[in-house]
Amino acid sequence: MTSIDVSLREVALALVLVALAAGVSLWRRAELEKDLGVAVLRSFLQLTAVGYVIQAVFDSDSLWVVVGLLSAMVALGTFTARGRARAVPGALLALGLALSTAAAVTLGLVLALGVFEPEPRYLVPVGGMVIGNAMTAAAVALNRLADEMSSSARQIEAALALGATARQATSGLVTRSLRSAMIPLVDQTKTTGLITFPGIMVGMLLAGADPIDAVRLQLVILWILLGSVALASLIATSLGLRGFFTQAHQLREPPSP
Amino acid sequence: MPQLPAPVEGTVAENVAYGPGLRGARVDVARLLEHAGLDASFAERRPARLSVGEQQRVMLARALALEPEVLLLDEPTAALDESSRGGVERTLAQLAAEGRASMVLVTHERAQADRLADRVITLSNGRVSG
Repeated sequence: MTSIDVSLREVALALVLVALAAGVSLWRRAELEKDLGVAVLRSFLQLTAVGYVIQAVFDSDSLWVVVGLLSAMVALGTFTARGRARAVPGALLALGLALSTAAAVTLGLVLALGVFEPEPRYLVPVGGMVIGNAMTAAAVALNRLADEMSSSARQIEAALALGATARQATSGLVTRSLRSAMIPLVDQTKTTGLITFPGIMVGMLLAGADPIDAVRLQLVILWILLGSVALASLIATSLGLRGFFTQAHQLREPPSP
Repeated sequence: MPQLPAPVEGTVAENVAYGPGLRGARVDVARLLEHAGLDASFAERRPARLSVGEQQRVMLARALALEPEVLLLDEPTAALDESSRGGVERTLAQLAAEGRASMVLVTHERAQADRLADRVITLSNGRVSG
C-alpha cells in the first residue's frame, strides 16, 4: 500500500471549512462558535495524542503493549457506556464483561482464522473499532432494557406471580433491547456503499489503495463488527437483567437514574 | 390477581394459558373464561382492546388456570366502574360458593368486604385492629 503524507499546512487549510461553519453559526445566531472552537481544539489535541500513542505502540511491536492499550479502551468504554445505563443495577460489571468478551472473542477468532496477522498495526485499529461499536451497542441495549423494565414492571410482576422465572417473565423485552442495539449496525451494513462510504474504505482509497482491496478489508471489518456487537449486546442484556431481580426471582425496586 | 390489569404479551387465550404453559400444561381456555364471566369469543382478542372490567376478568381467568388453592386478590375492583364491579363481585361470589379456591381479598371498601367475605380482618396503621 502506498502511504499518504499530509502536512500540517494542509491540515490547517481545512480550517477554512470550520470558519465557514462558524460563519453560518454567527449569521443564523446558533451560538455554536465557542463549541466549534472547543471541538476543533479538542479533536486536534486528542487525535494528535492518540497518533503518538499508536506510533509508540507500533514501534514497540509488542503484543503486550497492544493488550494494555485495548484493555484501557475497554475500561474507558465501560465507564462511558455506564453513563447511559445508570438505571441498570450492576451495569458496570455487565458492561465490562460484555466489552472485554466481545473484544477478546472477536479478535481471537479473527486471528485464529488467519484474517489478520497478530501485529499491532492490525490489532490496534480493528480492536478500537470492535470496542467502540460494542460500547455503543451495549449502552443502547442496557438503556432500552432499563426503560422496558420500568414501563413493564407490573406485567413482569404478574408473570412472576404466575410462576414464570425472571428470564421467562422478561424474554420479550430482552429481545427488544437486543434488537434495538443491533439494528443500527445491521442497517448500516445493509446500506453500506449506497448511502454512506464507510471510514476504512474511504481512508484506504485516499491513501491510494486498490479499490477492490479497500472493499474487501471494509467487508471484513463490517462483518467482524456485527459479531462483536451481537456478542456485547447479548452479554450486557443477560447480565444486566440479573441486577433487576433477587436470587428468588423477585423484582427489585430499580434505583433512581 | 393484581389491582390493575397486567396482561402479558399476546391474546386473551395466551394470557389465560400463560401460567400452566410455563410448565408445558394445556388448559381449557373457553371454560376458564366462562368461570370468570366472559364468553369464548374473547379468546382471540387482544387484552389492551378490552375494557378494564373485561381485562380484570381475563386476569381472574388467568389466575384460575393455575387451579390455586388460595387466590390472592389485590383490590381487584378498585379500577372498575360500578357495573363492572358488580359483575366481578358476582363472579368471585360464585367461585367461592363452588368452593373452587379460598380467597384472600384486599379492599378499601368495607361494604365490599362485608358482601363477599366470611371473615373480615381490618388493618389500621399496619396493625390488625378488628
